[in-house]
Amino acid sequence: MSTLRLVAVGWWLQLKMRSRSSFDGLLSIVYPMFFATTIFFMYRENGDEAALVSAAVGASCMGVWSAVSTTASTTLQGERRQGTLELLVGSPTSFSLVIVPATVSMATIGLWSLVATLLWGRVVFGIPISFDQPLVFVVAALVLAFSLGLVGFLQAVSSVRYRSAWALGSLFEFPVWLICGFLVPLSILPDWVRPISWLLPPTWGVAAVRDAALGGNAWPDIALCLLTGAAYAVIGVVLARRLVDSARVNATLALT
Amino acid sequence: MPVIEVEALTRRYTTRTGFRRRTRKDVEAVRGISFEVGRGELFGLLGPNGAGKTTTIKMLITLLLPTSGSARVLGHDVVAEPREVRRRIGYVFGGDKGLYERLSGLDNLRYFAELYGVPAREQGPRIGELLELVGLTGRERERVEGYSRGMRQRLHIARGLLHRPDVLFLDEPSIGIDPVGARELRQTVASLTSQGTTVLLTTHYMFEADELCDRIAVIAGGLIVAEGTPAELKSRVADGHVVEIEVFDGVGDRLDAVRAIPGVTSVGVEDGGHSQLLVVRTDAAATVTPAVLGRLDGLALGRVATREPTLEDAYVELVRQA
Ligand SMILES: Nc1ncnc2c1ncn2[C@@H]1O[C@H](COP(=O)(O)OP(=O)(O)O)[C@@H](O)[C@H]1O
Ligand SMILES: [Mg+2]
Repeated sequence: MSTLRLVAVGWWLQLKMRSRSSFDGLLSIVYPMFFATTIFFMYRENGDEAALVSAAVGASCMGVWSAVSTTASTTLQGERRQGTLELLVGSPTSFSLVIVPATVSMATIGLWSLVATLLWGRVVFGIPISFDQPLVFVVAALVLAFSLGLVGFLQAVSSVRYRSAWALGSLFEFPVWLICGFLVPLSILPDWVRPISWLLPPTWGVAAVRDAALGGNAWPDIALCLLTGAAYAVIGVVLARRLVDSARVNATLALT
Repeated sequence: MPVIEVEALTRRYTTRTGFRRRTRKDVEAVRGISFEVGRGELFGLLGPNGAGKTTTIKMLITLLLPTSGSARVLGHDVVAEPREVRRRIGYVFGGDKGLYERLSGLDNLRYFAELYGVPAREQGPRIGELLELVGLTGRERERVEGYSRGMRQRLHIARGLLHRPDVLFLDEPSIGIDPVGARELRQTVASLTSQGTTVLLTTHYMFEADELCDRIAVIAGGLIVAEGTPAELKSRVADGHVVEIEVFDGVGDRLDAVRAIPGVTSVGVEDGGHSQLLVVRTDAAATVTPAVLGRLDGLALGRVATREPTLEDAYVELVRQA
């Protein structure tokens, strides 16, 4: 109960902090929309309506991943620069429970991008999305954000040791768009890529959101998205523990 | 049972420099220190920059592992039982970092109240009480980025006290804040011990240690060079005197001559802007003063005074010997 509160309060305050950095916020919403726009043009030329709708939904999910992948790798360095990393580690709360709400809040910001891109597609390109199952769609989008937040957590704790961690973020941003089926159907990817995409929670998250928007059965994908996300989180927890232990040995928590 | 027990604690830092050819360099920051602090005591670690104060504190608050030796806080080993220790201690460091700038003071406190497991029902009243204590009531909804250094420091103190810690660690809390703010801070700290909180404070200001601390350990070069109450430390140099002479000309080339006078234990120069203050420590002021004046013959002199040694003199002497 108190753990839930802790995560909720952490998430809420991180969200507050992030939405106050207006430039970052704006960028992470607008940036994926450029890509989405390109996609819309391409599919519109094709005249294949079903593919267009499917692409619109996938494109709308891109922002969620962008919001996570570009910020997660530098989040711990940011805390260290602020002098708060020591205080977080020095508290009796496990470090993972401190970081997970932060990365989930990044994904939450990305949900704005999801909504903005859908509206953009609807208003400017007239892409019709029916939302037969509005409730399932909301659940799928939330699960997508939560699960991607967990991936971000693993990214945050594993990239802190690299000096150019910010570059790692951008490095992950585009390949994941591609191999997790945000832009193109998985079926057109080479066979050897598919097993990789099955291991990535965004694949199931995007599939779930797409199913919910287009009237398919989203629940199996929702479950797989949660399951794979949880697996990433478990690895993250182990790494976080190692990270803190090594920081206590090597004195890397503070900038002195 | 002492609240803090430190035994033969050491800490070595290994730094690597260079990009291609990496060279390792070891720094022995703390070189075997031992001390104990009792319940409700205000204990000061006094030492110059680089003495090893922060390193010592970080080992005690479980952020840094000792290289050797052991330490227990409230009976819990800082290496084996970090969570037990963390739950019961508070930590505040000086400077204006360590706060979430884009959040209000209140939100900063809320966040740490959660991290320290302060029950939801108690958070409101506790935060209100602390804001009152540190004098931030009414400003708590403003973002921290607009806070002055003094306000930030007071917010830090409030943060460190949220969970009613039994022991509070303060690492140079008054660094960088104005004299008035620093005095208020000292009053706040002094009031804590009257409520039974044990405080370990580090500082490089002797007057701060003198004013606040029940007991002081002077640390220099990673070693404790003296320990005792402020009065005890003063009495170590009590049989001496200090002669202070204001000099308006450069005094540099006469120092060795002054040092050579029998009965002079140490000579220092403090820059006072338009003049310099020559500080001569001696155990026989009556005979030394005329001799010193003799060596300064020809220089424009101002005030000449003889006084009792202060804690600062004791401190300078101790650090000089280390
Ligand atoms: N993270 C670190 N890496 C390498 N050397 C360090 C580190 N932190 C402190 N030191 C060195 O250890 C010594 C003691 O530092 P510190 O404990 O910060 O002293 P103080 O707090 O008394 O000023 C200094 O020589 C300092 O340069
Ligand atoms: Mg220090």
